[in-house]
Parts: sequence; C-alpha cells; structure tokens
Amino acid sequence: MIKIEDLHKSYGKLEVLKGISTEVKQGEVVAIIGPSGSGKSTFLRCINMLEKPTGGHIWFKDQDITDKKTNIMKVRENVGMVFQHFYLFPHKTVLQNLTYAPMKVKKMSKEAAEKQGRELLQKVGLGDKEAVYPNRLSGGQKQRVAIARALAMNPEVILFDEPTSALDPEMVKEVLAVMKSLADSGMTMLIVTHEMGFAREVADRVLFLDGGLLVEDSAPAEFFSQPKSKRAQEFLEKVL
Amino acid sequence: MNLDFERIIPSIPYILEGIPTTLQVVVVAAIIGFVLGIVLSILKISKIKPLNWLADFYTSIFRGTPLVLQLMLIYFGSPQMLGIQIEAYEAAFLAFGLNSAAYISEIIRGGILAVDKGQREAALALGVSESSMMLNIILPQAIKNILPALMNELISLTKESAVVTIIGLADIMRRAYIVGGQTFKFFEPILVAGLIYYVMIMILTLFGKLLERRMRRSD
Repeated sequence: MIKIEDLHKSYGKLEVLKGISTEVKQGEVVAIIGPSGSGKSTFLRCINMLEKPTGGHIWFKDQDITDKKTNIMKVRENVGMVFQHFYLFPHKTVLQNLTYAPMKVKKMSKEAAEKQGRELLQKVGLGDKEAVYPNRLSGGQKQRVAIARALAMNPEVILFDEPTSALDPEMVKEVLAVMKSLADSGMTMLIVTHEMGFAREVADRVLFLDGGLLVEDSAPAEFFSQPKSKRAQEFLEKVL
Repeated sequence: MNLDFERIIPSIPYILEGIPTTLQVVVVAAIIGFVLGIVLSILKISKIKPLNWLADFYTSIFRGTPLVLQLMLIYFGSPQMLGIQIEAYEAAFLAFGLNSAAYISEIIRGGILAVDKGQREAALALGVSESSMMLNIILPQAIKNILPALMNELISLTKESAVVTIIGLADIMRRAYIVGGQTFKFFEPILVAGLIYYVMIMILTLFGKLLERRMRRSD
C-alpha cells in the first residue's frame, strides 16, 4: 500500500534521512524504533508530507505523493495521524473535534458526522465525554479522542508519532489497548514508539532506524531476541 | 470654581444626539479595520516575500503618520487627487478603518504566531485546506487570546473618533463644542461630552468582559 524509495530529508546541511526504502502492505502494523535523533519521526512525517522530502519517492497506492502534481490534501484524507502531543482543537468540544474534518473535507452531513462521532467515542471508551472541551480530559483520554478523530476520516492507514510518550505511565495502557484493538481490526498502522513491549506484542514488523538509515527490518520476535546489527544490539541493551 | 450647568441643560439632548454619529464611525471603522487587519496579518505571515513587504509597508504608513493627517488627507485631499468630493462620513470610515487595520493586523499576527504549530499540522493531516485551517482552527484560537488587545483597540478607536470634529461631522465632541460657542460656556458641555464618552467606554468594557468569558468556556 505504501512504497518508499530512497527517501532523503535534509534541513540545510543537516541530513536527517539518508536514503530509506521499504514497503508497507495493507493491514500491516509496523513499529518504527530507534535512538532519539535517528530520524524516525521525520520518516513518519514524510509519509503524509508534513515534512517535504528532499529526495526519493513515496507511493501511496500507486500514486507518487512526492510528485508536485499530486493533490496532497486528497492523500491526507486517507492517511490519519496521531501526534505525541495530541493537538486536539481546544476551542471545539470532543464531538466537534470528531465531526469537523468529515463535515469540512468530506462534506458529510452534520447528523451523519455526529452519529459516526458518537460511535467512535463509544469505541474508544469515551461515550460520556462528547460535550466536554479537551482541557477537561486526562492525557490518555485526549489521545484516545485524537485516535477517534483520525478514525473519523475513515483512513486506510494511520501514522502514530510517539503516541504514548507524553502520557503519565498509568495512562499508557488505555491508549495502547485502543491501538491494539485497532490493529486487530486490520488497520494499517505505522507507529513510532518507545514501547518495546507493545512493539513486540502487536507489530508485524519492526523497523530499526539509526543515523537516518534503515538498519534493520525484521519480525519482532527475531528483532528482540537476536538483533542482527551491532547498533540494534546496543540500543536494545539500553532500553530493555 | 464657577460651574453653571443650568444654562446648558437644554442643550444636553443636542449633545446626546451625537452618539449615533460617533457609534456609526466606530462600528464601520472597526469592521473595516478587523476584516482588513485579518487580511494584512495573513499577508504578513505568508511565505511570499513581496506580500510581507506590501503589508509591512502599509502598516508603516498608517502607524508612521498622525491619524488627523490621514483624515485630512482623505477628506480634503480627495477632490484634488481623485477629482471627487467624498462625504465626511465616508472619509471618517476610511481613515479610521484603514488606520485601525494597521494596528489590528499586528495584534492578529502576534495571536496567530502564538497558536501551537501542532494545531496547523493536526488540521492539515486531516486533509483540511490551508484556508479552512486558518479560518476554523487558527484564527478562533488566536482571536480568543488577543481579545483584550482588540478591546483596547476598540476603546482607542471610540475616543479617537472625536477627531472627526475637524472635518465637520456632528459627533459628540463637535456638538459639545458648538454648544460652548452658543452659550459661551465651554467647560460644562465638554465635561458632559467627557461623561458620555466615559459611559460608552464602560459599556464597551463590560461587553468585552462578557465576550471574553463566553470565549473562555473551553478553558
């Protein structure tokens, strides 16, 4: 579904991504891990063009999204994103956060958008919060709303950029539970994460990035028990 | 002190009749200033350099010269420059509107820059267009934060509007001055005018506080 070829990204002289190629199939759950500064967030953010790659190509379902002629807004409708710091719209209620984009972008009727929004809130366990503003929610609740907001656009893939890194430890679990059920439902997911347990349990594949390069691409069981590269071994020693 | 309000009491309704004139200038100028201020602020944060320059140049002109001068230039200068005589009202709307736009654009620009850039990314990631993102996501948050500064601008505008006296609009100030000329008592009618302005500003302030409270619901 997503094909990435020789992806480069530089900020001035600083080269963050030095040529990454990989593919993601429909329904796959891919965990992207690596030390900080390895380029994993930048890599993820290139996939919906929040960062403009400076070289290489990304195809989303046979459409080259790095091509200037591609309507990136159309692509983003199908590629959801969940951020570390949630970025819920603070001036909108929880339900309005979920209905805004479907109504604005997909021209969904208010009734349909609200019906769908309520169903999604039920799904993430926040059915009673539709009328409150995001400031009243805990971090874990905010992130679950953010996941529901991404789902409201009915995307084919969701990008998670360190979804649990800004959460208090006791709230990590509730967010991971929602993500796991999403993975079980067949959603294609790319997850930048520091949750090694989650990566091992839920991911189909682990991508290990270091220094802007894809160093290792393997099944979680294999990656965590016998990492091939020295850098992955060192990294795992530090975090596990 | 030798105050004699009795002589001017019959003239108080005449002064009060200036309120609609003052309000009209303030309301129309505020609308022009706000709308044009938003446009200018967006030009200022645009990535296209000539648009930045254009908006900055505009601001420098209207902030760099006295408002009285701008008003006189528009009213007295228009027959010479454009060959048309515009009405005093129109000149006032234009001068005050264009002038406040310069100040408001700076306020709004600051407000937009203060909104977390993640808000922009979150909207874009949902497939929302740049213009909808600005209008529905960024500006409402920016305006909520700059509401006190905008109220300040509106209060300034209300008081500054007294300058229209010089182009002959019969606002509160001018009427007070006329009453002074008729009764040879200047102190009292000008005090009455001052009281009227003060009460108007107090009402405006109260209105601003209510609006702010309403917009802070989400906190």
